[in-house]
Amino acid sequence: MSKVRENYVRPLDLKQGRVDMTHGSGGRAMAQLIEELFGRHFDNEFLRQGNDGSVLPPLTIGGRLVMSCDGHVVSPLFFPGGDIGCLSVHGTVNDVAVMGARPLYLAASFILEEGFPLADLAKIVESMAKAAKEAGVAVVTGDTKVVEAGKADGVFITTTGIGVLPEGVTTLSGDRALPGDVILLSGTIGDHGMAIMAQRESLGFSAPIVSDTAPLHGLIETMLATGADIRCLRDPTRGGLATTLNEIARQSGVGMMLDEAAIPVNPEVAAACEFLGLDPLYVANEGKLIAIVAAADADKVLAAMRAHPQGARAEKIGAVLVDDHHFVQMTTGFGGRRIVDWLTGEQLPRIC
Amino acid sequence: MKFVDEFRDGKLARGLAAAIAAEAAPARRYSFMEFCGGHTHAISRYGVTDLLPANVRMVHGPGCPVCVLPIGRVDMAIELALKHGVILCTYGDCLRVPASGGLSLMKAKARGGDVRIVYSSADALKVAQDNPGRQVVFFAIGFETTTPPTAVVIKQAAALGLDNFSVLCCHVLTPSAISNILESPEVRELGTVPLDGFIGPAHVSTVIGYAPYEFFAEEFRKPVVIAGFEPLDVMQAILMLVRQVNEGRAEVENEFTRAVTRDGNLKAQNLVSEIFELRREFEWRGLGLVPYSALKIRQEYERFDAEKRFPLGYRSVADNKACECGAILRGVKRPQDCKLFGTVCTPENPIGSCMVSSEGACAAHYTYGRYKDAA
Amino acid sequence: MCLAIPARVAEILDGDQAVVDLGGVRKDVSLALLDGVEVGDYVIVHVGYALNKLDPEEAARTLALFAEMGQQASPA
Repeated sequence: MSKVRENYVRPLDLKQGRVDMTHGSGGRAMAQLIEELFGRHFDNEFLRQGNDGSVLPPLTIGGRLVMSCDGHVVSPLFFPGGDIGCLSVHGTVNDVAVMGARPLYLAASFILEEGFPLADLAKIVESMAKAAKEAGVAVVTGDTKVVEAGKADGVFITTTGIGVLPEGVTTLSGDRALPGDVILLSGTIGDHGMAIMAQRESLGFSAPIVSDTAPLHGLIETMLATGADIRCLRDPTRGGLATTLNEIARQSGVGMMLDEAAIPVNPEVAAACEFLGLDPLYVANEGKLIAIVAAADADKVLAAMRAHPQGARAEKIGAVLVDDHHFVQMTTGFGGRRIVDWLTGEQLPRIC
Repeated sequence: MKFVDEFRDGKLARGLAAAIAAEAAPARRYSFMEFCGGHTHAISRYGVTDLLPANVRMVHGPGCPVCVLPIGRVDMAIELALKHGVILCTYGDCLRVPASGGLSLMKAKARGGDVRIVYSSADALKVAQDNPGRQVVFFAIGFETTTPPTAVVIKQAAALGLDNFSVLCCHVLTPSAISNILESPEVRELGTVPLDGFIGPAHVSTVIGYAPYEFFAEEFRKPVVIAGFEPLDVMQAILMLVRQVNEGRAEVENEFTRAVTRDGNLKAQNLVSEIFELRREFEWRGLGLVPYSALKIRQEYERFDAEKRFPLGYRSVADNKACECGAILRGVKRPQDCKLFGTVCTPENPIGSCMVSSEGACAAHYTYGRYKDAA
Repeated sequence: MCLAIPARVAEILDGDQAVVDLGGVRKDVSLALLDGVEVGDYVIVHVGYALNKLDPEEAARTLALFAEMGQQASPA
């Protein structure tokens, strides 16, 4: 027990209590919040050091460090399939993992809005802790700030992740796609974005859609273990599959041709998109990945993906080709051809 | 999705494509205008033109309510949000339409305007009920499909005695726009725009029926086929038009028999005429002033008319000089004929309205079809 | 223009409201523009309003017509 603890009058009221300005002021209230909530759930030897920063041990396996950072704002904070807590772990773990690296550590920064229920905060922190444990990463340092009511939307969480790219493993990079490569997708698209959208009361619809938020490092490990020539991995989050493929096409200076019929979409997601005039190709995912793989190895990687629960519905969705315009094109299920362009603006419900 | 997926079937599409190819006479050209932006979108998104023979050409029409909304009307909505401090409720489609002074409703929102996206007119009414201390204006755009829902909420507002709700009415009429195109010199005298027939919008006809088109078929000797918005519906409509042309017929035919009748939805029509009356004229982007082509709120309901409630004046604003939206909306030019297309005018930075709405001719071609220009 | 979609009426509620179902997605819609709607009917939904009913028999006929056109053109 720390020294501060002895001075507490009563423990945090995790049932009725709310975040107030003192929780971010640097005084005892903040120390109590950190210790009783964050410290308790994230507990590990590094946090226990109790310093401004954590001293991490030397890497036991040789290799280079990979670092990534992701801010999380989502409304509502709780949705079918997850909440902002696990999302903030998955988002960053996945950004590190798609580099081919093994995620090791996370840092978490919380911006809390005055008046936010401590009970909700506790649920979010528990969910984060559970997600971190499942992903095999430790939350080694953090920060908490409180802003006045009305200046934030409940909670914003920024996480930074560090991972290690083992010696001898090629850096996976978006500029390595070559004409002839095959494009693999690990499963259905649009689930996260439409799960969130379905929660918005103003749209007046309900759908049994569950966010796909999940850590991808396990799936990626099994894919890398095949020894296949994987050029690049990426998780198609905001902007959806279409935008992510366009990023890769531009980085690599290539074109792509997709097969619409091969892209898996859950029927409820497709139906919700029809109601709102949205295209699932542009809707966010939080637990899917795209792999660009040398054609000779594609079947091997696809088999490995399908053998893993996170890749059970993996598909070959297209191929990389030579194209100076770097267009991503698609053969439609109808038999025609079209461009699959970058997302323009933001996805808004349409009437026409 | 029942009654949706079956109408997107690729195998049936190949059959219809073969039928069109077999029946279109190789020696002649066929130009059909799909009036409605929904058809433009479907044609581009499913790649319908790839299934058509080279001598069957689709011309995009002006049937996109966002595209034909003149700058001056968007300016009025922005003025309501920024100057009069109202809560401005709008369909998501209108948010990015460029207005005067480099503004759009989205930019007005960033400047502190209380602009809210609604999915339905009923949502706007609810915003008014939830905010009794604020004036709430519904920016009502759209053709005959979207008008009845606006009529419903005006009637409900009257029944509820809501005094903080009004409507900026920009509802326009499909048949007047088609007349305008058919009467234009390019089609009528100069012959620069060969139009052999029209695909009419099924959803509009679920409300107004197909009877209003019988006049065009007779008066202008142009065949019209009312068609649904799934790609197979469009293919079938094209086949029906090819047959009419080959047989020298000019009739109104109904492809969307599953929900369109000759008379349409009388209840909806009656409600619309109870609340609205014709405007003497209305400016359309691209078509200019078109007589009797739009609706305004009747005097009995004028307390729900934002144009009466607020000191708003309409000022006509010219489009960018180099922008060809006008000619494109009339079918005189194609998107790729415009110098601005794909250079300074892109979906990110639209100069003209046809680049804004995803069913505008320019946006549809840019987003789905520009690989054809590159080839 | 006019993004509209056919959906099945799953439930009729008070105040001219109904719940429609499209592929497992449920949405509240207004029936203010349409009389005589029953559970099981298909309606064309636009901006949260049912604009008209869809006739399943006519839909089947249209699909059969598509198939027939194709077969005439390219007898398999």
